[in-house]
Amino acid sequence: MRRVRVVIFLKPGVLDAQGQAVATGLRALGYEVEDVRVGRAVELALPDGADVEELCARFLANPLIEEWRVEEG
Amino acid sequence: MRFGVVTFPGSNCDADCRWVLREVMGFETESVWHEETDLAGLDAVVLPGGFSYGDYLRAGAIAATSPVMLAVRAFAARGGLVLGVCNGFQILLETGLLPGAMLPNLGARFRCEWVRVRVERTDTPFTSRYRPGEVLRMPIAHREGRYYADPATLERLEAAGCVVFRYEGENPNGSLHGIAGIRDETGNVLGLMPHPERCAEGILGGEDGRRLFESMADWIRTKRREAVWQRS
Repeated sequence: MRRVRVVIFLKPGVLDAQGQAVATGLRALGYEVEDVRVGRAVELALPDGADVEELCARFLANPLIEEWRVEEG
Repeated sequence: MRFGVVTFPGSNCDADCRWVLREVMGFETESVWHEETDLAGLDAVVLPGGFSYGDYLRAGAIAATSPVMLAVRAFAARGGLVLGVCNGFQILLETGLLPGAMLPNLGARFRCEWVRVRVERTDTPFTSRYRPGEVLRMPIAHREGRYYADPATLERLEAAGCVVFRYEGENPNGSLHGIAGIRDETGNVLGLMPHPERCAEGILGGEDGRRLFESMADWIRTKRREAVWQRS
């Protein structure tokens, strides 16, 4: 069994409205922030040979708007 | 003429769609559960609005894996009419039946209000009863309505005349090119964010959505007559 964490973000060129809202909140609290981007993380337990990239591209992320990275363990 | 309205777990406009089709328009209408695999006997399928699977992962992403969507894909390939409203539009995008994707609205707000929408094309099965360039009043209610496609896809959509509805005046969600609704290149699949079923009766504050359903009915009747002529 293999455990992986997939971290998904909107592509750099795609405006992240949620990130902007979080930045507004942080600034309202007096923090200096230049940029905030909000993503999501998905943890999976899979058979050792599982094709994680394929399931990311097909379902966990939408390759039109999102990019992802796979962290082992 | 028979319409089917699909119910996914979390759909919440399915009853409104059935009401309008059956009671207001007078069409035979049936409910289609999301596990259904047979759409035989239907002339049109409506994917209604709502929050299928709680919008988990991405709006429409999990519903796109439902058994019924395989059947909808085959139904569309046979030339059946497919209408996706709001979450239904998002599901069509996630299924790949329409190009592009939906992003959270600019401003990250859920927008629930009446907007103005311009009819860009009237030579579609969904808009023949409108006048070219006519501006409609329709309600929207969504958080993820910012239509996005890469520049090449957008260019192709515009060149092929696939943009059917565009926001007029204020763009409520930051949608690229002000896109409110698109059709596929064969023309029998339409997705739009505004809710025509919520403006099909005067008592609800507007009737501009009604002609969308009337257009569909006209198209189905015409196709049926053509089929009879071809047989005879």
